[in-house]
Amino acid sequence: MKLGFSPAEEAFRTEAADWLNTQMAGPFKDIKGITTLTEKAERRKEWEQHLGEHGWGCIGWPKAWGGRDATIAQQVIFAEEYARAGVPGRVNHIGIELAGPTILTFGTEAQKARFLPGIAKGQTIFCQGFSEPGAGSDLASVRTKGRLETIDGVKYWVVNGQKIWTSLAHISDWIFVVTRTEEGSRGPKGLSFLMMDMAQPGIEIRPIQQINGDAEFNETFFTDARCAEDSIIGAPGEGWKIAMGLLAFERGVSTLGQQMAFRNELDEIIAAAKRNGSAADPLIRQRIAKAEIGLRLMRYGALRMLSNRDHSRMDGAALTYKIQWASWRRNLGELAMDVLGQAGEVTGGDGYRWGTLPNLFLYARADTIYGGTNQIQRNLIAERGLGLPREPRGDA
Amino acid sequence: MDFAFTDEQVMIAETARAFFAENATSARTRRAMAADGIDRELWAAFCQDLGFAGVGIAEEFGGAGLGMVEFACIAEAAGTHVAALPLLGLATAARGIAAGGTAAQREKWLSRILSGEAVAANAGKWHVERQGNYLSGSFDFAPHGNIADVFVVSATGGSWLIERDAAGLKIEAPVTMDQTRPLATLHMDRVLGEPLADHLGAVKAMHSGGWICLAAEALGGAQACLDRTVAYAKERIQFGRPIGSFQAYKHRLADMMVEIEQARSAVYWAACAVDETSDEGPLALHAAKSFCADAFFKCAGDMIQLHGGIGFTWEHDAHLYFKRARSIQTLRAPGNWHREEIAKIILGDAA
Ligand SMILES: Cc1cc2nc3c(=O)[nH]c(=O)nc-3n(C[C@H](O)[C@H](O)[C@H](O)COP(=O)(O)OP(=O)(O)OC[C@H]3O[C@@H](n4cnc5c(N)ncnc54)[C@H](O)[C@@H]3O)c2cc1C
Repeated sequence: MKLGFSPAEEAFRTEAADWLNTQMAGPFKDIKGITTLTEKAERRKEWEQHLGEHGWGCIGWPKAWGGRDATIAQQVIFAEEYARAGVPGRVNHIGIELAGPTILTFGTEAQKARFLPGIAKGQTIFCQGFSEPGAGSDLASVRTKGRLETIDGVKYWVVNGQKIWTSLAHISDWIFVVTRTEEGSRGPKGLSFLMMDMAQPGIEIRPIQQINGDAEFNETFFTDARCAEDSIIGAPGEGWKIAMGLLAFERGVSTLGQQMAFRNELDEIIAAAKRNGSAADPLIRQRIAKAEIGLRLMRYGALRMLSNRDHSRMDGAALTYKIQWASWRRNLGELAMDVLGQAGEVTGGDGYRWGTLPNLFLYARADTIYGGTNQIQRNLIAERGLGLPREPRGDA
Repeated sequence: MDFAFTDEQVMIAETARAFFAENATSARTRRAMAADGIDRELWAAFCQDLGFAGVGIAEEFGGAGLGMVEFACIAEAAGTHVAALPLLGLATAARGIAAGGTAAQREKWLSRILSGEAVAANAGKWHVERQGNYLSGSFDFAPHGNIADVFVVSATGGSWLIERDAAGLKIEAPVTMDQTRPLATLHMDRVLGEPLADHLGAVKAMHSGGWICLAAEALGGAQACLDRTVAYAKERIQFGRPIGSFQAYKHRLADMMVEIEQARSAVYWAACAVDETSDEGPLALHAAKSFCADAFFKCAGDMIQLHGGIGFTWEHDAHLYFKRARSIQTLRAPGNWHREEIAKIILGDAA
């Protein structure tokens, strides 16, 4: 067991930090410090491409697909330096963290060649089409239909139905969708995982405004939308297996980058507390200390799960990670508001747009919902981690 | 960076787990509780057969070498079974002597302590006046002070060794809520202490050893509370189904696991930070002690609740965990104190 980094790893840290800082001081100064996912989206697509051009797009991927074969330690370091340099979050995080690893694991060689370089180069932005109005926590009840049809002598998957809560659909090039391709099937059987080009008349999106005033997610409607026959990942009917595999990738190295963003948020709270005097309040001090402890434990939990070599089972650190960080961040939002006091409840500008901390307070309410709600996480922990009886299913 | 156990660490942890599972049985622990709070046979085997007492103490002082990670693996296993052992005295006093004792003190005491021949203890709160090396007043709540042969005590400006039969020393051993770790008060009337060579070095070693020991015991204890409650949840039937199938019940168990996994990260982070003398050491130690103690208390309390009436009986082991958890919360400073230390590190002083 060892926490320190080797001299070679520290040299890599310097290289990464230097490069990132140079970009943030120069050509991409205008996007430094942005904390929401939607602000200056077009410039941030350029940033994605810039990262890709310089080989920093997806460093953990194989070289053949545009990565660097970076070790876990190097990925940890890059994620840390990325956030430390004040670089905004990746607008293609769904492509990098979900679509890419899914294709790497389950895709054919042809599919890898078709999609991976584009993701690594920042040219193909992905969004995720899982949830539907009738299928949220219960993802297996999706109804969006996929049918293999021959049009002008060519076979296509033709898709009809509706997805909802599709984050960043409005800036995405591609979407992966879970569809029901077996007529009359129910539950996890008969589903397929399709990759679809967003730029087609059969796909229409409508933004949904969120509690923070922003509109990061959308409704996505499919009306005879199409994709080529070989745009299916895995075999027809294997969609559930692939979707579940994908959800496991959400607990990868990217979590460390996310943690560094949390670090920046906590630092901002600490700075605010020092400025307005609440840093002298013993209760606020206790809560800030607790937040600091929670954040550190998140880091070491993530390092434990990344260092875990026994991939035959998901270890406890991985299984409990989502609910841990989501609950931590929700508390952080409340702490931020208690530190700010009423000053946190007014904007100081025009329009319903919030600074980092009030926005954190509002946005964090979503953290305990998407990617499996806290209640669903507890079910998973109890059933998979502790072997307790599964929840009964209704017939409706 | 590799935050996983080495093969050797896995082996030590497995040996410790097997040893305590076989020997630190509820019946034996309860016999110790009814007497003076130590299972002497278990301690002898721990020190002599397994050589565990020397783990984390340099070989040049007669220890087994290795570090706090290995020590934590052992303390975790001891905590799993609420073993009635003077482990905390070892983690503090013996480490204090190794780090700050004079050559003669190390020579005289370490081999006797590590072999189990002598029991060492460190006292907590002090209310003493000193004239040179003569100490008067009291040291409160020394864990296993009731049976210790030698004490390492510290007050402003110094640390001293005091033997049990020192002139002017009276040991008061009240009934202690956690009978697996009785607390004793040392009353001193001009007791001549034998000063350690490096007071601050000794205090630092006693702090890190004590906090890691308590945090690791808490981790093992918390995991045991969860494991035992999960087993009960699967076998106890009410309303025609196992109680573990009720969602309110499942979710409480899940919450225990979430705390425990963080506690595990905390213990081994702190142990690594000490072994690697990382800058994060103080933060990690305060985090581990406060977080693990609270996690254990939550799990032990939930264990009682989730067992219903049987959990409230003397017969069931739940109260052993509950009382141990409570004692770990207060030993070597309560959580609020540790969190305030962290606040000082990140926010500066309050005023
Ligand atoms: C900001 C944001 C971004 C999102 N982005 C995307 C995206 O890009 N792509 C995508 O596909 N989806 C996305 N989602 C959707 C998200 O995954 C779903 O909202 C989530 O899975 C919950 O589904 P639901 O909203 O239908 O709630 P429901 O499933 O209806 O849940 C309602 C309540 O019931 C509880 N509940 C449900 N089932 C159980 C149970 N078995 N036991 C106990 N309690 C239960 C839930 O915990 C919740 O409190 C996003 C959501 C948000 C908020």
